[in-house]
Amino acid sequence: MTEKKRAAASGGMAGLFRNQIFIPIAALLLLAAFNLIVDPSFFKITLGTNSEGYSVLTGNLMTILDYGSEVAILAIGMTLVTAASGGQDISVGATVAIAGSVILRILVGLGGDGTLQAPIIVAFLAACVVSMLFGAFNGVLVAIFKIQPMVATLILYTAGRSIAAWINNNELPIVTDKTFTYFGGFIPGLPVPTPFFLAVVCVVITMLVLKFTNLGLYTQAVGINASSSRLNGLNPTFIKWLSFVILGLCVAVVGLIKTSRLSTINYSVIAKDIEMDAILAVALGGNALSGGKFNIPASILGAYVIQFLTTTLYKFQVSSDALPAYKAVVVVLLVVISAPAVKEKMAALSKKMKTQKEVG
Amino acid sequence: MAKLKLAGVSAPSSKKMTDSNLLLLITVVIFVVMYAGAMIFLQKGFLKPQTFFNIMNANAALIVTSCGMSLVMITGGIDISVGGVVALVSMCCAVYLDYAGGNVFVSLLIALAIGLAFGAVQGYLVAYLDIQPFIVSLAGMFFARGMTTIVHTAPFNVENEAFVALKGTRITVPGMGTVNRLGKYVDAYVEIGVIVAILVVILLFFVLKWTRMGRGFYAVGGNRQSALMLGINVKRTRFMAHLLCGLLAGIGGYIYFLHVGSGSASHASGMEMNAIASSIIGGTLLTGGVGNIFGTLVGVLSLSTIQNIVSSIGLDQAWWTGITVAAMLCLFLIIQSVILSRRH
Repeated sequence: MTEKKRAAASGGMAGLFRNQIFIPIAALLLLAAFNLIVDPSFFKITLGTNSEGYSVLTGNLMTILDYGSEVAILAIGMTLVTAASGGQDISVGATVAIAGSVILRILVGLGGDGTLQAPIIVAFLAACVVSMLFGAFNGVLVAIFKIQPMVATLILYTAGRSIAAWINNNELPIVTDKTFTYFGGFIPGLPVPTPFFLAVVCVVITMLVLKFTNLGLYTQAVGINASSSRLNGLNPTFIKWLSFVILGLCVAVVGLIKTSRLSTINYSVIAKDIEMDAILAVALGGNALSGGKFNIPASILGAYVIQFLTTTLYKFQVSSDALPAYKAVVVVLLVVISAPAVKEKMAALSKKMKTQKEVG
Repeated sequence: MAKLKLAGVSAPSSKKMTDSNLLLLITVVIFVVMYAGAMIFLQKGFLKPQTFFNIMNANAALIVTSCGMSLVMITGGIDISVGGVVALVSMCCAVYLDYAGGNVFVSLLIALAIGLAFGAVQGYLVAYLDIQPFIVSLAGMFFARGMTTIVHTAPFNVENEAFVALKGTRITVPGMGTVNRLGKYVDAYVEIGVIVAILVVILLFFVLKWTRMGRGFYAVGGNRQSALMLGINVKRTRFMAHLLCGLLAGIGGYIYFLHVGSGSASHASGMEMNAIASSIIGGTLLTGGVGNIFGTLVGVLSLSTIQNIVSSIGLDQAWWTGITVAAMLCLFLIIQSVILSRRH
């Protein structure tokens, strides 16, 4: 290797370290290495038949792809909201409940016997419209009334599950139709869980939109400095509002997945604390929670890292109630390692070591 | 011109009124109107002073934790771990009292120690390592909730004698009693927690108004850069805010424990959001620099009064409480936003 090439390679390494996506990748590798050492069978994927008689892939990695996709879809919208408004939407879990409730109301109706009353696509589109309206409501509070996003979405956080229960008059409709289970399970003939495909579709659409429109650039501009972006001819109010509407769309997709998994709904439990996971995914992706620059692939990777961690903990017989405690320890370790103050100290330390070596 | 005249005509004090005082005034007016309305239209329950004291009894813990939340919010941070800390405190104290047969005083120390530990760790991470408070306290909440189930999974009542005696202690409020249906005079009472909560509010009011540390909270929350230039130790101030919030969550946890007398992993669920909502209704801004402890007290009372009104109207279907509280929050936020944007 010539001198020049080596320099380029080391530059690439340094660039990777500075790159935002480094944090989730490092976390992922760390978790993977840990599992590989403790129990390599963690990565085993088997092709078996499930209860429906389809041949599907099962294994921990498939579980991660399956359940991580919910958070990944939300993380797309959450990243945009965070970037544009410098705050987070804590109402997504409640809005997922509303979207799911709308889907069931249209599919089965009140007092229905479980057969489909309307095509699934109609129910899904209706859920999209409803959750985009709720997103728009949050957006109006944040963009026009200039209320801090966390506080504005606290309203829907408090009321959302009540509204969801009210939509179905507190009944729990059950869908008996098999096709409805495809969205949260498997499509016959495809061995990979459907939520993963839905996540891929969402990501591809988002990436195409960001590539062919100026949305990404405008969002960053508004997030970094709303008033100077206004002076440059952008409309910060509209862009902030739009980010909440986009999040609403993401929420509707997750609502479909969540209700499809159970074929019914539980208003107080469905998607509980998913907003925290989504925000965590954004933070793990190295995005500043105070807004500005953002990196959607990093957030999505962050979402899968969270699910990887959860699955790993389940593997070690941690009960689902105690899970948050371990999660918290890992989260604190991750954010401490990636904190700028700690990084500076580490850099200073390694510099000191180097000079000592040279002197010695 | 007309605006100037108007300001001159109305009392000179309103011209000088700060954002903090204006928001407080709105809250107090709305609370008084709401309670008076309940007294006039709903009568029976709300005319008795004891109804008010019952609201105080049930919400003493929320008052204390909301005060801590306000402190952190004034410095521009947030602490969503308080609900988890309250649950952890009640569970630890319950286990200590029942399984270890410990005494009440030590259980109080345990509560304070847990609160201080959470405050210190979170404060260090937020202030000195400059990590976003939301993420830090989110981890704190996860940790506290998880630890609660690790300490003990099933909910249970405490049967420790000394504790039960303390729990049952009632302090009569002179002159506030009512004559009941049998013509017997019944004294009005409050629990110990209420006394503690009021002391905390008064103490913090003085701290925020007249001490160096209290003024530092406002300065740091208003503008960190200029606070630094004024020579305020910004890091230590933010640390202190989180430490105090943790301590108050510990105290609040013990008051909560004293009120319910049991340990359970599902205790105080959603309390952090109630605390944030109370602080906001009381006129504290999440962006920092504006807030008032007395407002927080009124905020808690408004929140619980509306819940009481909803349940006494007979809308006992569970979802009405959530929707009305949210509607009230929405109303308050829009009023605040409109008023503040007009002033600037």
